[in-house]
Amino acid sequence: MAETIATPGAHDDHGHEHHDEGWVKKYLFSTDHKIIAMQYMFTGMAMAVIGGFFAYAFRMQLAFPGMEVPLWGVVTSAEYNSLVTNHGTIMIFWVAMPVLIAAFGNYLIPLMCGVDDMVFPRLNRLSYQIFFVSAVVLIWSFFVEGGGFGGAWTAYPPLSAKAEYSLTPSGASLWLIAVALEFVAFLMGGINFVTTAMNSRAKGMGIYDIPMVVWMIVIASILFMASVGPLIAGAVMLFFDQQLGTAFFDPAQGGDPILWQHLFWFFGHPEVYVVLLPAMGIVADVICVMGRKKLFAYRTVLFTAIGTGVLSFTVWAHHQFIAGIDPRMAHVFTITTLLISIPIAEMCFCYIATLYGGSLTLNTPMLWALSFIATFLIGGVTGIFLGASGADIYFHDTYFVLAHFHYTFFPIAIIGTFAGFTFWFPKMFGRMMNETLGKIHFWGTIIPFNLIFLPLFVLGAAGQHRRIYNYDNFPELALPWMQDLRILATLSLIVMLGFQLVFFYNCYVSLRRGKKAPANPWNANTLEWLAPSPPPHGNFGDKLPEVYRGPYEYNHPDRSEDFWPQHVPN
Amino acid sequence: MSARPIATTREMAGIPTGRLAVWWVIASEIVIFGGLLASYIMHRLANDAWSVQAANTNTWIGAFNTFVLLTSSLFAVLAHKAAVEGNGKKAARLLLYTAAGGTTFALVKAYEWSVEISHGYTLASNTFWSFYYTAAGLHALHVIAGVVIMLIIAREAARNLELHRVELIGIYWHFVDIVWIFLFPLLYIAK
Amino acid sequence: MAQAATHEEHHDHPNYVRVWAILLVLLVISVLGPMLEIQVVTLITAFGIAIVKAYMVAKNFMHLNIEPRYVAYLMGTMLIFMFLLFTAVAPDVMKYEGVNWTKEKVVQPDPGAAHAAHGDAEHH
Repeated sequence: MAETIATPGAHDDHGHEHHDEGWVKKYLFSTDHKIIAMQYMFTGMAMAVIGGFFAYAFRMQLAFPGMEVPLWGVVTSAEYNSLVTNHGTIMIFWVAMPVLIAAFGNYLIPLMCGVDDMVFPRLNRLSYQIFFVSAVVLIWSFFVEGGGFGGAWTAYPPLSAKAEYSLTPSGASLWLIAVALEFVAFLMGGINFVTTAMNSRAKGMGIYDIPMVVWMIVIASILFMASVGPLIAGAVMLFFDQQLGTAFFDPAQGGDPILWQHLFWFFGHPEVYVVLLPAMGIVADVICVMGRKKLFAYRTVLFTAIGTGVLSFTVWAHHQFIAGIDPRMAHVFTITTLLISIPIAEMCFCYIATLYGGSLTLNTPMLWALSFIATFLIGGVTGIFLGASGADIYFHDTYFVLAHFHYTFFPIAIIGTFAGFTFWFPKMFGRMMNETLGKIHFWGTIIPFNLIFLPLFVLGAAGQHRRIYNYDNFPELALPWMQDLRILATLSLIVMLGFQLVFFYNCYVSLRRGKKAPANPWNANTLEWLAPSPPPHGNFGDKLPEVYRGPYEYNHPDRSEDFWPQHVPN
Repeated sequence: MSARPIATTREMAGIPTGRLAVWWVIASEIVIFGGLLASYIMHRLANDAWSVQAANTNTWIGAFNTFVLLTSSLFAVLAHKAAVEGNGKKAARLLLYTAAGGTTFALVKAYEWSVEISHGYTLASNTFWSFYYTAAGLHALHVIAGVVIMLIIAREAARNLELHRVELIGIYWHFVDIVWIFLFPLLYIAK
Repeated sequence: MAQAATHEEHHDHPNYVRVWAILLVLLVISVLGPMLEIQVVTLITAFGIAIVKAYMVAKNFMHLNIEPRYVAYLMGTMLIFMFLLFTAVAPDVMKYEGVNWTKEKVVQPDPGAAHAAHGDAEHH
């Protein structure tokens, strides 16, 4: 494994940053991109704890109906709906988005592009502040009269539009406001990311010299910007339906609920790629560094990602095959949906080709990256069943769907995040992570994860419908073997959540007593490893780096060292 | 106010950073208005009865507001021209004319709406009117936001500070103008 | 920090006042055209002219023609996405019957019926 090798140009003292700023100004209202990245990261992790706890509460209800759940109490049916809804909302909008795009984007884009900060630091800070308010509004919505919104994270009207249906007169609107605020925050953040990566790259960094993770975050931000508009308009319309008595989505008064589904999924499907692509980028960087090989077919991966992004705008209605959409459109969307599996498979092949013949270091970040490819492939392959409109008539709204998208989102939001976090931890905090604890955490997460969701594929194929509070009321779904699988999934979840304590303990121990990290502990090429660990305010000191080559020149035949940093002239 | 980071001053994509960002803002605004207007158009084409409702909008007020916005756009672009020439005072004065146009637009709209509401055409009375108020209201919010930003920029421009911002608010303002150019036939002319 | 915005501006400016005058003429036509109450004329004068006006504003006032080409492509891409949204959603919202199904057409309330109409309705 990589030991201490000093990188030329790096200076390990952080003497530059001893300004006499108060703690509050430095850590709460900083405009420094690294601090804002950490704010996003820790807010996202705190929300992940809430979302995970919600999952625990409703899984307990499913495994042991009616039991008094420790730390929660009896889960009522209204609470169950709210837990499921907010688990989904939190995990996608307040965990995957802030951590994968906002935290890694904020941290990595200026560092990897060799510049001192984001182009609009104060806009960046405002973006986080709005995001923080949105998180507060969402949490507030759990405690208002009627409880938190329980109409699923897709918020289909008329259930979400009328308080007499949803029974959450204020929870539904607060939920909607929180989501809308969050969109505004990420629009600001996205404009910042894209503009920074487009305009402020280091001298000499052509568009094919940009590290893949930066490209992916940029493409994801553009996808987000291009897809979220109709849903923002839709959110305004739904809010008016809830609070002001309009009937945009009420069929009884001439509105059309299918319209909301379209507006939602026109955003919702690109959103899958918005969070997938940054994770793919993180994995690309990790496997190149830990495999000591050049990324296989950089341009193919890049153009494939762009193509995936464009294609992702043409597949959304596969979520609505049984919602009563025009069957002619269902044909079109089946074809496009099956098509989009091709570019993603192509990217996975490129990654596997990168690994082939590499000298792999199986440390914690690499384990996460490899498991990302493996588990995401399962998620992708099961998507084929759901993308075909004929098969989807049976599978729609079963646990098969649920297992499918957890096999995509879990690798994205959790595995991808841990790969990136463990990989850049030395850079972020200046200390190495404990490998043993890291591996315990890895295996303690990945094994229970598969034991949670593999049974759910079986249950889904057996016809177990989603959104059912207590299966005892459905005799054909309450067979003993089905209940056993539910208990297995729930117990696995508890084990998995328990192992997350290892992660937090590892963070604590490593931050306190971890080995001091050199500037470039992994012998990596990209520019962020040129800066000291952790980088001071302004990142690179007085002289910003220049770039002479692509980011993945590992084991170049003309070099005695096995890496060739981007900033070294020759 | 802290100094600008070096990041802000680089121009790798061939456009100054601020202008590049404004174009991205406009790109994301296109899809916001696009989603809303697409929803409106498909409902409108499916509901013949809406033309009865649309007949109650006042084309003359709409046309007057179009005139106001087009003229304010002219002032915005003249302000940009003055800023390019380095004449901050003139740019600020022209920006104030533009802001006055935006204010006139908002006031006329307030009058128009109060008349319509007093006749019973409210947000919730019919889905046509829901779209009418939502689309025009979203646009009016953009007008008001533009006026506020414009006043801030004009104050600095008068002291010859941050003159490049005159162009940025101008681009945004022209976009707001274009949105209205489409709202006007959609909500007023098509009966 | 005084920044003179002197970048790139070495091309002939269009005559802004003339562009504005043309826009006003187009506005008058777009208001008068639909008064003939011929549907084709209405469509062309209302929406065709709107497109022309938007093009003129984008080109001459926003200077889209002298920005790098990718800016115009970006705007065009967003419009194409919106067109895509419309074409895929419109069949669902606009269709009222199909094989084995019909959507009930709801008669919406007419708030104007009870009141004296204002605006253009008075002229009919």
